[in-house]
Parts: sequence; structure tokens; C-alpha cells
Amino acid sequence: MTVRVLLPRLLSECTGGRTSVALDLPAPVTVCALLDALAAEHPVFDRRVRDETGALRRHVNVYVDGEEIRRLSGLQTPVPAGAEVMVIQSVAGG
Amino acid sequence: MTTTLLAIGTRKGLWLATSEDRRSWSLSQPHFLMTEVPSIGIDTRGGRTRLMVGVRSEHFGPTVAHSDDLGATWTEPDHGSIRFPADTGAAVERIWQLQPDSVDRPGVVWAGCEPISVWRSDDGGEHFELCRGLWDHPHRSEWGAGYGGPAAHTVVPGPDATVHVAMSTGGVYRTRDGGASWEPRNSGIATPFMPGPPPEFGQCVHKIARDAVVPTRLYAQNHHGVYRSEDDGDSWTSIAEGLPSDFGFVMLAHPHSAGTIWVVPLVADGERIPPGGQLAMHRSDDAGASWRRLDDGLPAQEFNAVLRDAAAVDAGDPVGVYVGTRGGEVYASADEGETFTQVAGHLPDVLCVRAAVLP
Repeated sequence: MTVRVLLPRLLSECTGGRTSVALDLPAPVTVCALLDALAAEHPVFDRRVRDETGALRRHVNVYVDGEEIRRLSGLQTPVPAGAEVMVIQSVAGG
Repeated sequence: MTTTLLAIGTRKGLWLATSEDRRSWSLSQPHFLMTEVPSIGIDTRGGRTRLMVGVRSEHFGPTVAHSDDLGATWTEPDHGSIRFPADTGAAVERIWQLQPDSVDRPGVVWAGCEPISVWRSDDGGEHFELCRGLWDHPHRSEWGAGYGGPAAHTVVPGPDATVHVAMSTGGVYRTRDGGASWEPRNSGIATPFMPGPPPEFGQCVHKIARDAVVPTRLYAQNHHGVYRSEDDGDSWTSIAEGLPSDFGFVMLAHPHSAGTIWVVPLVADGERIPPGGQLAMHRSDDAGASWRRLDDGLPAQEFNAVLRDAAAVDAGDPVGVYVGTRGGEVYASADEGETFTQVAGHLPDVLCVRAAVLP
């Protein structure tokens, strides 16, 4: 199945300049599996969005079809075929 | 002609300044803009210069990057320089200290991190290994968090296999076996912020430094209290007399001469500004027995604090002294603190400065 992932522009230097990618993944797909797939190609990007325990960094948000995954099942949130996943920094900052 | 490099880590990026005379400075554009840079190491051992920085994004976490071309390019390992082993269940929050070891141990670099942990690199700061002896220390559950977070903020390698670490809050710990085992070393250091007699550990040490000539002599600036140890940290005596305040964050030791140290006093823990709103360093040339105020060239009015790593010395002759404020002003002295000139102004809060005469 194909999933479109929107990546934060602030991290484009970790993703070869790309701000969106289309991933072909075997179903079923979770957000964690999707991030694992991204990590294989872009390990520095992965360190920016997840710490070494695998947890999503506090001020990074992930949306699946517009729903923030912390309100769903976190990294185990299912990603349906054709979904759009957005990874974006939160409004934190000074 | 020698060039001196001054690296300035701020709340929102890194600036590099260079000078031929340490009075007139050329300032770079920002590196790592919008990420804090709380730690810098400049490693000039072996005739090459490696810059290491601990950077941290509020959004995207911490990492260590290094540059072997004075900041023209930066490198970080794909999987990171500092990563807690999986069994710890911990994640690095901030790299507080990057400290190259002595010339006798080329390639060895120490890191102090939050959560409280010490790390050793044997490849010049590219990959670090957790010091398990401190991580598994039975005191860990009783260590606290200073305002900036629970951190091993200072690592001071010494002769043989001795290393001293300062943590907030926990105090000074020492290993004599290269990090396998650690003992608290806080005897004589007061804890005015808590009731009762001073404990074996739990002190809020702000900075420690080792005398370059007498390696068993250490100096400490504490959360109220300025101290010297003549026995490798076994016991401490106050050297605060003669200072306008015993509060502050900075402790610098001369890289060549015995007994010369610098501090930057602040009024008190409840009033973290220079006394009288006037920035001054104070230098002792007799290991803290007496102090002299140094403020020539520093601003007449300054209500910003100087953080624990926002002051540094280089290894020049005479030694250069550097200080940066939370107001983003940076000053340099080419004459051991007698006179200062401004290097930069209106930067973000200065978190750390490090300087080196380039080989």
C-alpha cells in the first residue's frame, strides 16, 4: 500500500531536501512502521523526531489524515491505504 | 602570526570569532541557527583543530556535531554520537559538556549530559560510551535537578585515571579507575539551601576547575560558596573571603600558572545579577587567599548573569580570558583579565564560550 508522508521543511537537510515522500509498505501499516521505513533511509531524520528509546519527541507532532496520533494510539496508530501522514514540529519554542 | 578561535554557543546558534591579536575580532554568520548550543569542545591536540558542539533543538532533540575545517562543514554520525543503551530506558536531553582529555590521551573526549551521565569517546568525539559506573551509582535516585535540569555539567579529567565530575544537584564525584567506580567528594561544602548539616552528597556545585600545575588542587564555585581543595577533592575550604559575593556559576583556572583563578560573582541565588549591576571578573593569583576585581572594558551597567560555561580561557601567553552574558554580549581579554574588549553584542543568551590558539 502507498502512504504519502509530509515532512517538516526544517528537517529537509536530513531528507535529501525532500519535504514529502510516497512510501510503499506492506499492509497493515502503523505510524511506527512508517517511521522505521523512513529511518532506514534517513537515520538522522529519525533521530530528530524520535529519541533513542523510540519515543516520539515531545514537540514533534504526527497527524494521520488530520488526526494527531497522541489522541489515537500513538505510534501504534494504524495508517490506512492512501492516507496522508504529516510530521511537523509543534508550536513550542521561544 | 597566530590565530585565536573563539566559539560562542548561544540559545539560538553558534558564532565563531577569530582574531590575530585577541583585541579585534571577526565574527562569523550563525551556525545551527535556532538551536541552542550549550556545549563546545575545541580539541587542538596533535596539531589539528577539531570543533565539537553539543546542539539541541527544542523540537528535534540533542546531537553532537564536529568540524575539522573551522566550521565550514559539520558532521554527525548517522546514528548519533551519544545514545543511551537500550537497557537504560533513558534518552539524552542535553549535552552539557564536551571536554577533550590531556595530550597524553589523544582521541579521548569526555561528555557530561542530562540526565546525569558521563560519557567517554576514544575517537575524538565521534562516538561516546556511557560510563556505567556513574550511571549505575547507588546514589542516583537521590540526585536532584538544578534549575537547568539534572546534569553532569562539568567533567575534569586529571592525571592517571582520575576524573572529577560536578553535577547539579549531587555535588562532586571522583573516580580513580577511569570511571568504573565513583565516590562523592564534598566534605566541607555547605548546603545553605537545605536544613541540617551538609550531607555526603547533594551539594549544588556550579563549576569546578583543576589547577594546571598542582593537579590535586581543585577549585569550586557552588550555589553559595567558593572553595579550594588541596587533596584531590577529599576536603574543601572556603576561599570566598574578599569576594563581593560567594554566589556565581563560573570557575576558571589558569592553564599554565599555579594558583591563578577567575570567578564572576553574582549577588545571590535570589538575585542573579552582577553586584551593583556592574559586570566584573575577580581574579586570585594565590589560590583564593586574596582577590582582585577586574572590570576594565566591561560594561558599567549589566543586569544579565554569566552562566557556568559562558566564560573560558585560552592557552595563550598571556592567557586570554572570555566572558559572555545572557544579554548576548561577549568580551575578550588578551591580558589575563586586566582589560577587555567587546567581541560581539546583541547575540542570543550566551550559554558557553570556548577559545583556543590555533596550531
